Amino acid sequence: MIVYDKPHALLDVPLHYCPGCTHGIVHKLVAEVIDELGIEGKTIGIAPVGCSVMAYDYFACDMIEAAHGRAPAVATGVKRADPTKVVFTYQGDGDLASIGMAETVHAAARNENITVIFINNAIYGMTGGQMAPTSLVGQVTQTSPYGRDPKLCGYPIKVCELLSELEGPEYLERVTVNSIPHIRAAKKAIKKAFQNQLDGKGFSLIEVVSSCPTNWGMTPQNALKWIEEKMLPYYPLGVYKDRSAAEVKE
Amino acid sequence: MAKLTFRTDNCKGCGLCVDVCPKKVLELAQDKINKRGHHPVEAARPDDCIGCGSCAIMCPDFIIKVER
Repeated sequence: MIVYDKPHALLDVPLHYCPGCTHGIVHKLVAEVIDELGIEGKTIGIAPVGCSVMAYDYFACDMIEAAHGRAPAVATGVKRADPTKVVFTYQGDGDLASIGMAETVHAAARNENITVIFINNAIYGMTGGQMAPTSLVGQVTQTSPYGRDPKLCGYPIKVCELLSELEGPEYLERVTVNSIPHIRAAKKAIKKAFQNQLDGKGFSLIEVVSSCPTNWGMTPQNALKWIEEKMLPYYPLGVYKDRSAAEVKE
Repeated sequence: MAKLTFRTDNCKGCGLCVDVCPKKVLELAQDKINKRGHHPVEAARPDDCIGCGSCAIMCPDFIIKVER
């Protein structure tokens, strides 16, 4: 009996990510969910700009590469052109929470029937570790060498909390992938986000608190500990909006 | 009895699998270097493996196949 093997929805090519980068884990979870729902043939993924820009080389489904931050806008077009397809975007924090904030907020406000996978690692990875909108207060990055100063740079943006104030979105949840139980919970959340789309419920966003060992300047092991100690207190895990469940309660 | 198979050439030697293994089965092979220039993971104590699959779930590069 096979306990675990590479998901079918991921191609058998080496990933370009740094050693210990949790992007690979999230790629696997998305691919496993695509396999389990049996939707590989009708799924279209939208790759972002950032470290995961080359996600289109890794997923076995159809992929489109969007301009920086515009993945939800491209996904809107794809989904409206062919509503029978399953459309997901895979975006980092420099993409979704910075240049793509407008597209994200408006796609959520319109309750577009798409799934957004949002990787929050509190830094710009691909460009070499600059401060992101999600960098923590006091966090040392290339562009905040003395730590992020809120007087100068403002406070980190909590995307799930921000979007949960809108009437539009169907499902918002924040998960992380720094341990086996958290990875299992993350998979459940991603599966629900895809299922919501299949059920026609609307916009689902899963924020995955991730690590960036290279730009944080840590070993992969310490980066996972840093998530637990520094990131999770500021970015608490949990479901921020589940409209269907709320309606059932009422 | 559980069986582990590795796509050794894709291993980046991050060691995340080593840490999550409840039975301490895995180690990075300090005497080997793979195609990418990393010390790849290997099953140092394969007989202790219980086939829980934790290493494979954690591995960001999906190099581990677990059978039971």
